[in-house]
Amino acid sequence: MSAAPKDRAADAAPAVGWSRDGIAERVAQDIPSGSYVNLGIGIPELVARFVPGGRTLVYHTENGLLGMGPSPAAGQGDPELINAGKRRVSMMPGAAFFDQATSFAMIRGGHLDLSVLGAMQVAANGDLANWSTGADDAIPAVGGAMDLVAGVKRVFVMTTHVTKEGTPKLVERCTYPLTGRGVVTRIYSDLAVVDVTPRGFELLELAPGVSYEFVKERTGAPLLRDRMRQQGP
Amino acid sequence: MIDKRFASARDAVADVHDGATVMIGGFGEAGSPIELIHALIDQGAKDLVVVSNNTGTGLVGLAALLRAGRVRKVVCSFPKTAGSTVFPDLYRAGKVELELVPQGTLAERIRAGGAGIAAFYTPTAAGTPLGEGKETRAFNGREHVLEHGLRADFTLIKGRVADTHGNVMYHRTARNFAPMMATASSCTIVQAAEVVPAGELDAEAVVTPGIFVDRVVHVAEPALESALNEAGASYP
Repeated sequence: MSAAPKDRAADAAPAVGWSRDGIAERVAQDIPSGSYVNLGIGIPELVARFVPGGRTLVYHTENGLLGMGPSPAAGQGDPELINAGKRRVSMMPGAAFFDQATSFAMIRGGHLDLSVLGAMQVAANGDLANWSTGADDAIPAVGGAMDLVAGVKRVFVMTTHVTKEGTPKLVERCTYPLTGRGVVTRIYSDLAVVDVTPRGFELLELAPGVSYEFVKERTGAPLLRDRMRQQGP
Repeated sequence: MIDKRFASARDAVADVHDGATVMIGGFGEAGSPIELIHALIDQGAKDLVVVSNNTGTGLVGLAALLRAGRVRKVVCSFPKTAGSTVFPDLYRAGKVELELVPQGTLAERIRAGGAGIAAFYTPTAAGTPLGEGKETRAFNGREHVLEHGLRADFTLIKGRVADTHGNVMYHRTARNFAPMMATASSCTIVQAAEVVPAGELDAEAVVTPGIFVDRVVHVAEPALESALNEAGASYP
């Protein structure tokens, strides 16, 4: 998708670390050209705005479109050309429509290269919880989340490092109902990029101005740093 | 001569019985067969089991069917779309049962039901609350969950164009669940904005072959959920 103007109000600079746009920009750098990608509804959708020039990604939306393009202006577009968030979208040259069984064959059959999803909790063993708090009065709704994590080759999580209350989202074991077991490849938070490995959480990169100790204090499980990349200037 | 046309939506749903399982196409408003759903509300069948990805918004279409108290149980992947209040209220009041199914599993269960496949194994939902209580088996060292095919008594779907033999083509992302649902029920009813004589559709481009379709109703200008909701409509 082409770059859209940034929403400055929504991208107010955080006290520390990357903004939401900053996380999206960081994720976008790690997606190779030619990838078939499913971006989760909400924050992960921002990634499409920051794909580096010269790269072409093909976006899959699980309700039945490969080659999804940006949303049209409000009130424009076709009410039956929508994305998985039920928002009107457009289609790029080379797009294709298909039914749900075909769409989920792409997902469950391992044909998509990457899924970028939000998270409530990610555990050190790669377990993901992102569909329900399990609260008694909640209306349970799962959509395609469990299919995506079970079938897509790589699963990136994009999230704040802690909740609004300051509780770590990277934890030893998820306490919320699971979306899938051992499915997360890598986490991009406002503070750091963290790989999920057989050894647990491994820090790859710190957001500008953030220290290892600062991230470690806000992570609910051991955070290894022997693979950490040197920070840029 | 084969001619599957019915004169009206009312005629097409006249024999839906109490307790029937009804698959209803659509993902959000895209592909929702509103005129057929409204005809079903008028017809009065109750204790229905509805298989559909969502539960409707506002007070029209699927939400109106729920609000009319005709639905005993919903089989669904995402029952809380923005603007959806009818289902959440009924669910919290204990007035409707919910079987929550991952979207891909829902699609595949319907596909399996229509293809004569009783059940299949998938890794989706293994180790999660939605896999609990189900038979599991390891393939290549990975846990899979046994999921059963789904069948229905009636299917209601929306096409862009159909012919008198019941061949159907769809409009963009309105296709979603319709092609599988058409295969999985004893009686598949299609509403189409255009109905043409057999022979006029490009046979290479037909998405749902007529063998899966029992009844075709011409609905020239189908309503859209969002437009009805913006106008403050409620049904009946």
